[in-house]
Amino acid sequence: MMNGSKIKGKFCSAMVSLASFVRFLRLCFMEHVKFSSLLRCKSFGNSEKKQVVQAPDSDRKDDHDEVLSSDEKVTEKVRKRSMNKRRQQTKGWKCIDNCCWLIGCMCSASWFLLILAYIVPVSLPALQGPEIPGARLKREGLVANHPVVLVPGIITGGLELWEGKPCAEPLFRKRLWGGWGSGFTDIFRRPMCWMEHLSLDYETGLDPPGIRVRPVPGLVAADYFAPGYFVWAILIENLAQLGYEDRNMYMAAYDWRLSFQNTEVRDRSLSRLKCQIEILYATNGDKKVVVLPHSMGAVYFLHFLKWVEAPAPVGGGGGPGWCAKYIKAVMNIGPTFLGVPKAFSTILSAEGKDISLIRTMASGLLESELLGLQTIEHVMRVSRTWDSIVSLLPKGGETLWGNLDWSPEEGLECSSEKKRHLQAESRENNTKISEEMSPSQVKHPKRYGRVISFGVEASEVLSSQLPTISKEFMHASISTDSNTSHGEFWTEYDEMSHESFEKIAENKVYTTTDLVDLLRYVAPKMMQRAEAHYSHGLAENLEDPKYNHHKYWSNPLETRLPDAPDMETYCLYGVGIPTERSYVYKMSPSDRRKGIPFRIDSSADGGDDCLKSGVYFVDGDETVPVLSGGYMCAKGWKGKTRFNPSGSATYVREYRHKPPASVFEGRGLESSGHVDIMGNVALIEDILRVAAGATGPELGGDKIHSDLLRMSDRVNVPL
Amino acid sequence: MPVIRRKNAPETETPEASDAEDDKKSKLPERKSKDKKWSCIDTCCWLVGCICVLWWFLLFSYNAMPASFPQFVTEAITGPLPDPPGVKVLKEGLKVKHPVVFVPGIVTGGLELWEGEECTEGLFRKRLWGGTFGEVYKRPLCWMYHMSLDNETGLDPPGVRVRPVTGLVAADYFAAGYFVWAVLINNLARLGYEEKNMYMASYDWRLSFQNTEVRDQTLSRIKSNIELMVATSGGKKAVIIPHSMGVLYFLHFMKWVETPAPVGGGGGPNWCAKHLKAVMNIGGPFLGVPKSVPGLFSAEVRDIAVARALAPGILDKDLFRLQMMLQHVMKLTRTWDSTMSMIPKGGDTIWGGLDWSPEEGYYPGKRNQNNETQTPDQSEEANHANYGRMISFGQEAANIAVAELKRIDFRDAVKGKNVANSSCSDVWTEYQEIGYSGINAVAEYKVYTADEIVELLQFVAPKMMARGSAHFSYGIADNLDDPKYDHHKYWSNPLETKLPNAPEMEIFTMYGVGIPTERAYVYGLTHSAECHIPFQIDCSADCAESCLAGGVYTVDGDETVPTLSAGYMCAKGWRGKTRFNPSGIKTYVREYDHAPPATLLEGRGTQSGAHVDIMGNFALIEDILRVAAGATGEELGGDQIYSDILKWSDKINLRL
Repeated sequence: MMNGSKIKGKFCSAMVSLASFVRFLRLCFMEHVKFSSLLRCKSFGNSEKKQVVQAPDSDRKDDHDEVLSSDEKVTEKVRKRSMNKRRQQTKGWKCIDNCCWLIGCMCSASWFLLILAYIVPVSLPALQGPEIPGARLKREGLVANHPVVLVPGIITGGLELWEGKPCAEPLFRKRLWGGWGSGFTDIFRRPMCWMEHLSLDYETGLDPPGIRVRPVPGLVAADYFAPGYFVWAILIENLAQLGYEDRNMYMAAYDWRLSFQNTEVRDRSLSRLKCQIEILYATNGDKKVVVLPHSMGAVYFLHFLKWVEAPAPVGGGGGPGWCAKYIKAVMNIGPTFLGVPKAFSTILSAEGKDISLIRTMASGLLESELLGLQTIEHVMRVSRTWDSIVSLLPKGGETLWGNLDWSPEEGLECSSEKKRHLQAESRENNTKISEEMSPSQVKHPKRYGRVISFGVEASEVLSSQLPTISKEFMHASISTDSNTSHGEFWTEYDEMSHESFEKIAENKVYTTTDLVDLLRYVAPKMMQRAEAHYSHGLAENLEDPKYNHHKYWSNPLETRLPDAPDMETYCLYGVGIPTERSYVYKMSPSDRRKGIPFRIDSSADGGDDCLKSGVYFVDGDETVPVLSGGYMCAKGWKGKTRFNPSGSATYVREYRHKPPASVFEGRGLESSGHVDIMGNVALIEDILRVAAGATGPELGGDKIHSDLLRMSDRVNVPL
Repeated sequence: MPVIRRKNAPETETPEASDAEDDKKSKLPERKSKDKKWSCIDTCCWLVGCICVLWWFLLFSYNAMPASFPQFVTEAITGPLPDPPGVKVLKEGLKVKHPVVFVPGIVTGGLELWEGEECTEGLFRKRLWGGTFGEVYKRPLCWMYHMSLDNETGLDPPGVRVRPVTGLVAADYFAAGYFVWAVLINNLARLGYEEKNMYMASYDWRLSFQNTEVRDQTLSRIKSNIELMVATSGGKKAVIIPHSMGVLYFLHFMKWVETPAPVGGGGGPNWCAKHLKAVMNIGGPFLGVPKSVPGLFSAEVRDIAVARALAPGILDKDLFRLQMMLQHVMKLTRTWDSTMSMIPKGGDTIWGGLDWSPEEGYYPGKRNQNNETQTPDQSEEANHANYGRMISFGQEAANIAVAELKRIDFRDAVKGKNVANSSCSDVWTEYQEIGYSGINAVAEYKVYTADEIVELLQFVAPKMMARGSAHFSYGIADNLDDPKYDHHKYWSNPLETKLPNAPEMEIFTMYGVGIPTERAYVYGLTHSAECHIPFQIDCSADCAESCLAGGVYTVDGDETVPTLSAGYMCAKGWRGKTRFNPSGIKTYVREYDHAPPATLLEGRGTQSGAHVDIMGNFALIEDILRVAAGATGEELGGDQIYSDILKWSDKINLRL
């Protein structure tokens, strides 16, 4: 009964809203009619006038000429009147007609084109792109050899609904995330409902009660993120050319919102991955697998490598030889081994380069509460429930990412485009490029170590000029502002007082280590939840038994690679795109106190490539800086180090970015953007060769375009 | 003044008058010249525009409609709907317990393209089978080529790789809106099931069972996945739910998994006991389906025969190129080994001889008319259907007594080359190699029983049957301990294998009853040109009293599988400790009486017993949910039988 009335109520309200919409439509339509009739009136003006002139004329005639009988006169009049009316009517009609006519024309034209598109042979020679690398390599004689496991990264994997609140009833087993199915487009129909289902529980980091959202399994999980926006599809197509299919290719889809260990706790994702690798190995004639993790998947797979060899209750119980037995190579694509600085800005103020750019272009748009959007607050609220974001925080602290005075990248070009030029010249001169030659260093070195600074000045001045405020406040307990009403958007900012925000801003600069403390200060519950699963430090002594805890497994600086001397580790990533490295922040305008207190100061502009709308850039693939993607393979794991005790081989393969030459190329065959690199021909070729049995040296060993080696040398990590 | 009057006057006029005037006026030449501007094309455009606007409006209102609206309307018309079984069972407190494995049947699983000829440009990883079937219309020959398998090997033709879709999406919907497993999955999800404890064992249903392992390692994957699910669910054994041909496939799997490594899965003799809680067969054609015989013999089933009966002229002529199409269909299906897995098994012992059959005396709808008084004459008359004669040439041959039947043996008949061979060469069916003499010899033999049908198929399609007989067998084992029965071709025939040694396992057979199901056929020769398939169902054969309609004799069943095939093994063959079931696995027969959907709004019905529609039958789903949540067969209520299966089973004289 209750249910019925509720439904009725809903129905009524829907009808009311529908009616109001119709009214609105009618209004528009009428306006349109008036408008167009006005237009028409002008064109018909002449004939109208003539008639008006004619009419009294004829009347006068009637008066003078008595030959016409009165009856006839009346009919004549009526005829004329009706003609007039008719004209008016047609005029009125014609406006609507014209609308219909226009729409009809457009529809017919589009249908015609659609039919044409169907009829036209699929392979128009003009539209045919160059041959895909898979076909070329197949002709070279390469065939499927090692089974392949794909590990998608954050965001790119699809999520579907298995159980939800009544508002999501029709979305059962539809995608809430990824793909443009009815689920993803539902953001626009019921954004709050959608957001509620994508959030996790703030306390546990697992499903909220009554909601089950699960990763989509199979290759469809991440082949396309949305129709036409490929992620793995191109690579899969090329692999298929060599003979790969479901039998020897597996997509290790996991719920990328969860912390890595929780994917095992909730979905058994790690166990399934282990089992699948074993099946692939067994059913393909005992061939070891080649693993292709992308982005966060690289860290996830690092976690897996430790998990699978750890004993049973926490780990997979595969024993110490598991990786050596089953894995031929791990080819990390755009790996986030040491984290991405972007993660800080995402957690602090839910914004990145893109959003700050939008803000500069249309400064009012995002702030306006006119539409009641508050998009950013919503994004922050949802994303803070995702543990996985914390896995992306920069790891290794100041040793890796620099402190107040230095950073590994300082003095180097922020994109390798210019440097290539310089290098070419210097080679001709047969001289080494010295650091003095770099013009930007002469001006002022960028202090990338200050990952967040409040104000441009603070990011540039010498450290001695910085105000010395004790950072003790961050360790003090939070002074809760009891006056703050708990608004609709519950983020932990609501629990803090205005004074503490100001204190944070007064401290001016934050290095990576400080920032982790800062996050603990502003979002204590989230960090407490997430830090049970992740650690961002640098291990002093890897023998310490505490490093057996699973929270260290995804940090390459706090774990050792498995004992698998024959396993190869590749770091494949793009270079040549400015990548976010540090930020200039400011306080939000005080009238927006309820939302997010800080934001990127998009007015800060350095005039060169390295500082744009509040963001300092370095070389990278648009998301991951070179240092994070390459350091471990170039230095940390190179040879026998304490992080790589068995001395398994590592290779760095960089792909220089080249934007697509024409529109026809789509996202480019030589693009190196974080996701676009999955369509990079050179990368695909490398992967296919390894999958077909090649080793690192056969590929040509390291291929480095950036200043990675110099950066790595500056990093002082005991190896 | 007159100007003002003119302005006001029309308003006072009656509309009728002005309308009439309008008509007059429109005839004026002056008006005509204006009308010309609105020519035919404009009117068309206008019409299209109107339709578009209306369509958009409807689309918009449909989208704006609250999700519960259709349900609201349905409830308003038919009264409150019963809770779906998932909700009902959840209210009772049942929860997810045993992992569940689905084994789809023939035809229902999706197939996608991984490698193809040039004509399949743009279809990479798109579904060739299942989904919209858009490609069938766009490039039928290309599609046909890619769906066929190699004539000789029964595997992929060179350069083509068509592979089964994996995951639950493989067979949840066959085409948009036509559910197969979706309703069941939906209800299981309410108990808490999700990907981690549900697995769709999709396989390429065109291949012979052992070839799915050879080519795709499907059996190994099923084995590993069951092991994984059992391990990750804390040691809870799996519940297997095969449907249709999946039943035979899983039977094959159970033998395969315990067989040692090179041919089998090497799981050891206790694998099934360790990993399986129950096998809940839905609509299982354990002993084969008579329908598969005309499928292989003349590529037609009742539907086509009925269509031919309705419009005799059209289909016989080549107007719609139907014959051509049938030939293509035959060429296609004959490359699929799996169709041969469903040829009736057990021969005359099970399916009846020339003068008897287990079902004889069955009167359609008898069960439903139990209350009505029936004259014994009527039931006598029904007895005349000789179901044992599965194919008879001519209605007469189907009815006359054995003594009067004159048959000329076809087996030694000389096969002659068809003269017009070359003109038909684009379509490969083996009929061209038989020649007229062979065709006539087949027709002269008049009547074929189940045993003879296998021989008949071997005669008319020797290559196909040679390929098939390497993978399937249709006999009855005399001595199951004979080492020859270790060969994998016997594994999918329940009459030639033993069930695994797993006394705690339960086997359910669940099927619909109450729908006329094809059982035997009356055939005739085609009269038209020699390129055609020479035989076709004689749709003129009709008999009001018996179960003969359109050349097809029907018995009780679920529209595809006769009750005997689905129920015999569980009702008799495996009941208790028999030689087919040495460990005494408990078996249960659960029948679901067919009730057609009451209204159109119900879609395919919640009480349907039809072969595929039964997957949406609430009673069946509830049974499955209970077993998945831990119930045993006894707790479900043991057997639930509506048909005469027990009576029929007793007539079969099989040593157990």
